Amino acid sequence: MPFQWFVALRYLRDEKGQTALILAAVSVGVSVVVFLSALINGLQASLIETTLGSQPHVTLRVPREEARPLVESETGRAVARLIQPASQRLRSIDQWPVVMTDAERAVGVTAASATVTGSGVATRADARAPIIIRGVVPDRFLEIIDLRPKMIQGEFDLAGGSVVIGAVLASDLGIGVGDKLRVASTEGIDDVVTVSGVFEIGNQAVDKTWVVTSLRHAQSLFALPGGATTIELKLAEVFSADRIGDELHMRTGLAADSWMTLNAELLQGLSAQSSSKNLIQFFVVVIVALGIASVLIVSVVQKSREIGILRAVGTPPIRVLAIFLIQGGVLGLAGSVIGSGLGVVFARAFETFTSGPDGLPRFPVQIDVSLLAGATVLATGVGLLAAALPARRAARLDPATAIRSG
Amino acid sequence: MADPLLSVVQVVREYGEHVRTRALAGVDLVLERGEFAALIGPSGSGKSTLLNIIGLLDRPTSGRVVLNGTDTSALDERALTALRARTLGFVFQFHHLLPAFTAVENVMLPAWADEGTPSREMRQRARELLDAVGLSDRADYRTGDLSGGQQQRVAIARALSRRPALVLADEPTGNLDTASSDEVFELMRHFNRTFGTTFLVVTHDSRIAGRCNRVIEIVDGLITSDLVPLVGPSGSGGC
Repeated sequence: MPFQWFVALRYLRDEKGQTALILAAVSVGVSVVVFLSALINGLQASLIETTLGSQPHVTLRVPREEARPLVESETGRAVARLIQPASQRLRSIDQWPVVMTDAERAVGVTAASATVTGSGVATRADARAPIIIRGVVPDRFLEIIDLRPKMIQGEFDLAGGSVVIGAVLASDLGIGVGDKLRVASTEGIDDVVTVSGVFEIGNQAVDKTWVVTSLRHAQSLFALPGGATTIELKLAEVFSADRIGDELHMRTGLAADSWMTLNAELLQGLSAQSSSKNLIQFFVVVIVALGIASVLIVSVVQKSREIGILRAVGTPPIRVLAIFLIQGGVLGLAGSVIGSGLGVVFARAFETFTSGPDGLPRFPVQIDVSLLAGATVLATGVGLLAAALPARRAARLDPATAIRSG
Repeated sequence: MADPLLSVVQVVREYGEHVRTRALAGVDLVLERGEFAALIGPSGSGKSTLLNIIGLLDRPTSGRVVLNGTDTSALDERALTALRARTLGFVFQFHHLLPAFTAVENVMLPAWADEGTPSREMRQRARELLDAVGLSDRADYRTGDLSGGQQQRVAIARALSRRPALVLADEPTGNLDTASSDEVFELMRHFNRTFGTTFLVVTHDSRIAGRCNRVIEIVDGLITSDLVPLVGPSGSGGC
C-alpha cells in the first residue's frame, strides 16, 4: 500500500473515538442532504407530473389578432382615435402539417400533435354545461397526454363521432358510457355524439370541461375543414420548454405557450422550495466541512511531533500533505456512504409513515442513483477541501521545531 | 585521501529578528568515515542546533555544510529531504517512534516514506535489523507496548534501515537506566565496527563520552576542544 495511504488509514484506525465521532457527524449531515433532496425532489416531481398530466409542454398557436388603426397620423396632422382591442376568432395554423413535421424534428421534441381546440356548450336534456372541445388524432394525442390510464369508465375511442369526457362533466350532466350528448361549438354548429369513455385526471378544470373528439369531427364543429388551431409538443426535458418554445416561435412566427409560462406561479413556488432546500443543504455541508477541518486540525496539533519525525526520516512534504488530505477524503467518502444509506432509510420510513389510508404515499420521495452519487462526490470533495488547511499546515511544519516542542 | 564524510565550515546560526541570539558562532568540524564521535557541552551550548544543521533539519545563517561530497547550502527543501533520507539516520532521546505502528513498520518507515511503496526487501531488511538489535520476537508489537530500552533499540534499527553514511544520535541514552544505556551504546558501537557507519552522538553522560574515540566539546556556540582519536578513523572507530 502506498505510504501516505497506509499512514492515513492507520491514523484513522488509531484514533477510533475521534474517527467514529466525525464519521457520525458526516453521516448525519449527508443523510439530511439525501433525505431533504429525496423529499423535495419527490414532491416537485409529483406536482409537475400532476400539472403536466393534462397539458402539453409547449403549445404552438396562431398569434392573437392585433388592432390595426384605420387612420394613421401624419406630420402636421394630429389624429384623435379610439383603438379597441381586436376580437379573437378561432383560426387555423397556416400549413400546419409542415409546421408540425418541422417542430417534431426540433432537438428535444419527442412528440407532436395537431388539435382543434375551442369552446362550446354540452346539452343533455335540460342540463347545459360550458365545455372545451378538443379535436385530436388519437395516436399522437395519447403520446402527449395519455388519458388511457385515467379512464374510469369505458375506453378511449373516438371512432364514428364518439367522444370521451371528464368525470365531473359526466356527473354534472348525469351521463355515462353509451349515452348521447349534444355538443355545440362557438361557431354555432352542433352535433349529437356518443360517450365512449369517462376519464378522471384529478385536475378539476379539465375533468369539468373537456370533451375529446376526433380532429375531423372538431374541424367540422368549428368550420375549419382540414385545419388545426394548435400544435402540441412533448419534450424530453420538461424544463427546456421555455427555450424550445422561444426557438420555435422565432422559427415559425407562431405564438409558443410553454407550460412554464402558463404555470409561472407553480414554478415560482417550486423555485422558492428549491432555494430553501439548497440553503439548508449548504449550511449542512458547511457544518460537515467545519467538523472535518476541526478534527484534522486537532489531529495535526496532536501529531505534530510524529509529523516532525516523519519529515526528519525523509518523508517529502507532499506525502505529509497527502496523509491528511486522504484522511479528509476517506472521512467524507465513508460518511457519505453511511449517510446515503441512512438518508434512504429515513426517506422510505417517512414515505411509509405518512402514506394515506389507501396505502399510497402522500409525500412521494424520489431517490435516484444520481442523488446518491452526487451526495458521495459532494461529501468526498468537501472532506478533501476541509482537509486542505490542516494538511497544508502539517506539510509546512518545521521538523526540528516539531520534534522539540510537539 | 578520500573526502571527509562531513565538513562543517564556519557555520553561524542566529535566531530572532530584532534581538539576535547567536547559537553557533562559527563552527568548523570535520568527520571522517567510520568515526564514532561524541558531542558534549553544557545546556544551551549549541549542541542540538549543530546537530539539526548537520541533520539538514535547519539551515545555517552563514557557513557551509558539505555532506558526503554534496554542498547542502545550494539545495532546495526537496533535495534536502532526499539527501536526508538517503544519507542520514536519526536516533532521538525519546526514541520518537510512531506509537500507532509496529516495530517492523517503524523500521521500514524511512525507506517506505522515501520510495512511496513498500517492497519485500524493505520488510526483509527491517526484520534483519530487528534481529540484529535482539528484537526479532517483538517485530510485530506496537512500539507503545515495548519498554524504553526496547523502543530505543527499535529507533537504532530505524536509523540504520537505509544503510546511512552518518547516524546522528541526540542523547540516545538520556532517558534510559544504566543497563539499558550500556546495551544501546554497545549496539551503536557494534554497527559502527561491523558496517563502518559513522556516528555523531550528543550526550551529557561523561561515562558514554569517555568510551568514544573522539570527544568534541562545544561551549557558547564554539568548539572548544576536540580530543584526538586514540585509534585512527580507518580503524573502525573503536571506543
